[in-house]
Amino acid sequence: MAIAEQHKSGGTGKYVGVYVCLLALAGLQFVIAYQDIDASQMFTRMMMVAIVEAVLAVLVFMHLWGEKRGFLWLVAISTISVLLGMQYGWTDSFRMRVGAPFSSYSK
Amino acid sequence: MSQADLTMQGHSAGLTAGTPFSMPTKKLAMWLFIIADTMTFAACLVAYGFLRNGTANWPRPFHSITNVAVMTFILLTSSLTMLLGVQAAKAGDKAGAFRWTMITAAAGILFALLHVREWLALIDEGMTLFKNPWGTGLFGASFFSITGLHLTHVTGGVIALIAVGMRYKGGRYNADDIEILGLYWHFVDLVWMFVVPLVYLMNLSH
Repeated sequence: MAIAEQHKSGGTGKYVGVYVCLLALAGLQFVIAYQDIDASQMFTRMMMVAIVEAVLAVLVFMHLWGEKRGFLWLVAISTISVLLGMQYGWTDSFRMRVGAPFSSYSK
Repeated sequence: MSQADLTMQGHSAGLTAGTPFSMPTKKLAMWLFIIADTMTFAACLVAYGFLRNGTANWPRPFHSITNVAVMTFILLTSSLTMLLGVQAAKAGDKAGAFRWTMITAAAGILFALLHVREWLALIDEGMTLFKNPWGTGLFGASFFSITGLHLTHVTGGVIALIAVGMRYKGGRYNADDIEILGLYWHFVDLVWMFVVPLVYLMNLSH
């Protein structure tokens, strides 16, 4: 069997495996949606599942794991640092909820 | 042989010589676009979370998960068919690559049709950009903005899949072009993994 064909058959098995994992993780998000928990717990659990899905998709489906390590770090660090930077505003949304005029707390 | 070696062998040597990270420049350009687009979607989703957290009467209009579950299944499956297309292209199977690319495009069209049907149902219930019968009007603006941005990406992706697939079949594009388009399609799928929990599942009416 040629190397290209070996790579193809091995790759297909891996892709189908990751696809099944992604389907299962997506299903888990739907299960979490019906759990009797508060919104912040639900948000945390769903985001954790979504991050695992995203990492699997980026590393395997988008072949980032097969690229040079320097590029992997470039993508990871630039994306994560900006995403973390965006979290700066969350405290203000809580202030709106519990302290600002017309907030849910004041009703 | 490592995955990195196999990936490198897939690129034309002339195109990668002297380029950053030994990667074809158009592939690097697609990655930079994806990083930038990640920021766009992240900004939209963080803004949505800010509004949802800070607004008292946030609506929970979704009664059923069936539609969004089917849409998720279709988009995830289209990522697999895209991978099979890329794999066929790398192996030199032109007919197979074209077939899988068109199947991916068909899945994208089906996803878009289901999305439009869902929009029409919500509009029929009285939801617009600025008001809805269930609570704050901000919901309509944020829902249509985020899902509309995603639907625009899907629509653009379907057009690109058909155009690149046809040109690949005609010999004007090569396997690298199919692979680069695949990166975009997987990104569209990846974004949906965050849109579903935040916009749909957190707003189920129990």
